[in-house]
Order: sequence, then structure tokens, then C-alpha cells
Amino acid sequence: MKLNRNTILTIIALLVAVLLLFLGESFLNPYYKRILNLCAVYAIFSVTFNLIFGYTGQFSLGHAGFAAIGAYTAALLTLSPAQKAVNFFLKPIIPLLQNVEAPFIIALIAGGLITTAISLLIAWPALRLRGDYLAIATLGFSEIIRVLLVNMQSLTNGALGLKGIPGYTNLFWSWGALAVCIFVVKRLVDSSYGRAMSAVRDDEVAAEALGVNLFKHKMMAFGVSSFFVGVAGGLMANLISTIDPKVFLFTLTYQIVGVTVMGGMGSLTGSVISACLYTIFLEALRPLESQFSIGSITIPGIPGMRMVIFSVLLLMVILFYRKGLMGRSEFSWDGLFRLFKRITSKKDEKASEGKGS
Amino acid sequence: MTTLLEVKNLTKRFGGLTAVNNFSTHLVKGELCALIGPNGSGKTTIFNVITGIYEPTDGNILFNQEDISGKRPDYITKQGIARTFQNIRLFKGLNVLENVIVGKHLRLNSDPLSAVMHLPRYLEEENEMRKTGMTLLESLGLDRFAHEEPTSLPYGLQRKLEIARALATEPSLLLLDEPAAGMSPTDAEELMTFIQHILDTFELTIFLIEHQMRVVMGICPRIIVIDHGEKIAEGNPDQIQNDDRVIEAYLGVVEHA
Repeated sequence: MKLNRNTILTIIALLVAVLLLFLGESFLNPYYKRILNLCAVYAIFSVTFNLIFGYTGQFSLGHAGFAAIGAYTAALLTLSPAQKAVNFFLKPIIPLLQNVEAPFIIALIAGGLITTAISLLIAWPALRLRGDYLAIATLGFSEIIRVLLVNMQSLTNGALGLKGIPGYTNLFWSWGALAVCIFVVKRLVDSSYGRAMSAVRDDEVAAEALGVNLFKHKMMAFGVSSFFVGVAGGLMANLISTIDPKVFLFTLTYQIVGVTVMGGMGSLTGSVISACLYTIFLEALRPLESQFSIGSITIPGIPGMRMVIFSVLLLMVILFYRKGLMGRSEFSWDGLFRLFKRITSKKDEKASEGKGS
Repeated sequence: MTTLLEVKNLTKRFGGLTAVNNFSTHLVKGELCALIGPNGSGKTTIFNVITGIYEPTDGNILFNQEDISGKRPDYITKQGIARTFQNIRLFKGLNVLENVIVGKHLRLNSDPLSAVMHLPRYLEEENEMRKTGMTLLESLGLDRFAHEEPTSLPYGLQRKLEIARALATEPSLLLLDEPAAGMSPTDAEELMTFIQHILDTFELTIFLIEHQMRVVMGICPRIIVIDHGEKIAEGNPDQIQNDDRVIEAYLGVVEHA
């Protein structure tokens, strides 16, 4: 009975979600749609970072570089030959890619696969390192990727970037990809392989002594994670329609780390909530950067002001939720009902107290 | 009497320090053997070399006639050698049952894809893992705590859980590194009875490290003593207790004025 109730609720929730996406896609203005799309992209970034760091304990800072590979792959595959000619006016594009144009889904999957291949190539030597050393090595590789993007002009158009990428990304693509990503990651971390990954995170020596192949499990987490990072990169390219190497500075990685820590290491629910809050807050705080007045005091517009406010908000989260918003817990219907019962019983208590006096 | 483990002329050097020097021994199937010695005499290093954490500088380790020296720890565990650690190393992020079934992961046949897709074969294996894990916990009296965090258990039970976790890998040889460390004499005695119990129930061979001689005298028919990385004595408790070199290693030389 209980299982039934939860399954029914899940199906209803999914249907409602699809309906909401449909309504959003048809009635919201482009600005709001873009924010919602970005929420999903950042949620994928955060969920995948959680898989590597929150569940497997490998502090990798390569996300920005991996996202760049996915973004450039998807962009080059979806740009029309005519647009490519417009873009590559300094140095022509390599002939192999000149006339390629693939459907969006193929571009996204290709982006994911190429990102996986390159990230595993990087992880192969890098995963021999632990902790801070791994972080520095992957950060370095991420920067190398960015520098390569600037310099491989006939492939990436260098520092000029790519413009006029078709805006295929809509709410269905972005939230659909997020749903698939959460499904795969959740199922993986709950499986025997996921337990082995958590064992690696908690104690490598003990995990190995229990027969867990460290290298294999770290590579698995890295591979799955970077596939979805590549897909998210592709979604991002086809959302913002102009990409250049500067989009994928290491600051993007830090944002992702910040979002994940804020949501809670080891909680996918936390990652999604925190990614949405982050994206929406950054936009909502935008008016702070233009001139405004409180009473008689006029505050001039200071660029970067919203980042200051945002940092303060982040500090508050770290102070009051030391393990992130969700800690290690996940959303569940049972949990929701328990919370609901707690709230109503508190209300009842108050009501009966009121009657007594 | 078949030999299960054979250590031949094992030497391990760390730079200029020789931790283990030309150590040889063998373990017979079904026996309970203790390795004792003063602090820093190289006991744990021998364990670490046997389980693949360190590569031997010289010498070989044969397990079931197979040379396992220098192989990876997870490979060696798969061949049937499990161990516990001197300082407890439980997985803090997993509950008690999950800690145990991590030890079952190495026998999993399903690939990651069928695990993610919840294919029937994987679900069956997962169920089997949980069931045998529970049975194991029951047989060691830990089943009440199955869904609790390992750090919430009292110290003695954490030690037992480490042993349970090692048993989950279905070993034929179990290496226990100072299982009674930090325990009161009565608790240590109880643990030794527990070790005798698992030796009989699980058809094991047990090799255990201890530095308090008193603890092992009662239950181990064969004791090996090392000092400064070298074997100084081997035999039954009586022989060990009366060996001059052992007394010297533990108590120092009597100086005549």
C-alpha cells in the first residue's frame, strides 16, 4: 500500500512537472525561460560534482574545462555551414567540420562522449593523486583545455569564440537532461557500486582491503560525471548562443563547488535546490548593481555588488547549515509526510494550549 | 595438513630502515597463530606486505601456492585474504549493514549498467547481498544495529564489526591486527573467545597480531615472536614464555653488577 502511494505520487509529480514545463515554455517571457534553463544546467553541474566529490571523495576541479569540451562539441555540430563561414573569418575552420550539421540530440550525446573520453584520459594519471594534489592537477588540466581553446584557432575560432549558435535548448531539453542525470546518478550511488564509491571516500585503505578496486571506481565516477558535464556544456552553448573560452574560466568551477557545498555534499536534492536558488538569486540581486536609493540615501550602481551580497548569503548558509542545506538527506514522500505531520501536530498543540487558557 | 600461506625470506626496507628482515613462516589450514613482539618490531609491516599495501623489498609470499607478493590489495582480498586494522577503519558514511556488504562487492557479477537499470539479475544479487549480510550480522550478534551508524557503536562492537566486514569477503585466511588493542583485560578475554568462535564457525585460518603476551597465551597453540624485524622465537606458549631471547626482548637484559 505504502509503496503504491509513493509510486502514484511520483507519477503525479512527474506529470505536473511536464505540465509546468509545457506552460512555462509557452507562456513565460524569454528572460524567465533563460533563468529556468540555467537552473537546470547548473543543477546538472552540481549533481555531477556531487558524484565525484560528495560520494566518491575525489576533489576534482576540472568541471569548467569539461563543460567547455561539451559546449564546443555541441556548438560546432549544431552551427550551420553558413554560420561557420561567418564565424571563422580570420582562419578557416578545418575542412572536416565545415559541412557537418547534426541534430541537437546527437550533438549533445557527442559532446558528452567526447568529454568523457578526454576526462578519462586526464583522470588516468591524475587519479593517482589524492586530496589537494588531485584538485591542483585537475584545475591545471582545466586551464590547459581553456588555453588550447584559445590557440586552436582553426577548430575553435580562438579567443573570438563562436557566435550564432542555434538556441535549441528549451525547458524540455534542459530539465529532461537533468531528470536523466539525476536518475542515473541516484541509481548508481544507491547500487553496490555506489556503496563501494562511498567506501573509497571514507577510507581508501580499508576499501582496498575489502576488495574494492580503487582505480576502477574512481574512473567510473569520473566517467559518468563528465558525460553529463559535457551534455550540460552543450545545453549551455545552445542556450546562451555565444561561447568563448572566457565563459569556462576556473571561476565556473568554483561556482559549481560553492553551489554543491551549499546544497550539501552527498545530497542530490540539495544540489538541485541550491543550483536553482543560486541562479535565481544572482538574477534577483541584479537591481543592486544599478543606482537605487533607500530613503534619502542614494547608492550609486556598483558593478559586482550582487556578488558581495551573495557571498554574505553564502556565509549565512555555512554558518547556520554547516552540512549544507540538505546535509546528506534526500527528498522522499515519506519524509515530506513526516514533516507535514510535524507541522500540523505543532499547530494542534498550539490550538489546544489556546483552548486551555 | 596443507600449507595455506607461506612467507619466504621476506625483507622490507624503508630507505635505510629495515622493518622486516629475512622473515619466513608458514600457516597451516585451520590454525590460529599469533604474531607477537614489542612495539615497533615490524608486526604490522608484515601484515601490510602480505595484504599488498606494501611491496616486499625481497622475498616471496605464497598463498595457496600462488605468488601474491607485490599484487594489488583488492586482488589479494579476492584470492581469500581479509584483514582488520589496528586503528579502527570503518566507513563512517555507511550504516552497519552497508559496511558489511561493501565486503560483498568484490563477488558482484552484474556490471554498473545493469545496476543502474535495475535489471532483475542485479536486484537478485543485491537482495542476496543484504540477506547474507544480515545473516552474518546475526551470527555475530550485531543485527540489532544493522541500520545504525558505525560510529554510534561502543568500541568493542566497532572492533567486532570490523571483523564482520572482513568475514563478508568470504576469506580463507583472516589477519587480525591487534584486535584487543585498547580493551580492558576482561573485554580482551571475551574477544579472544569470540575469535575462537569464528575460527570454528567459518572454517578459517587466523593470523593475529598482539603485543600483550598475556592475551594470546590462552588460545593460540602456536606463537611467533619478532623483535627488530627478525624472528626470535616460534613455538607453543610454554616454549615462548621460557625463551631467553623473548624475555630479553620484552624485559631487557639483566645486567650483573
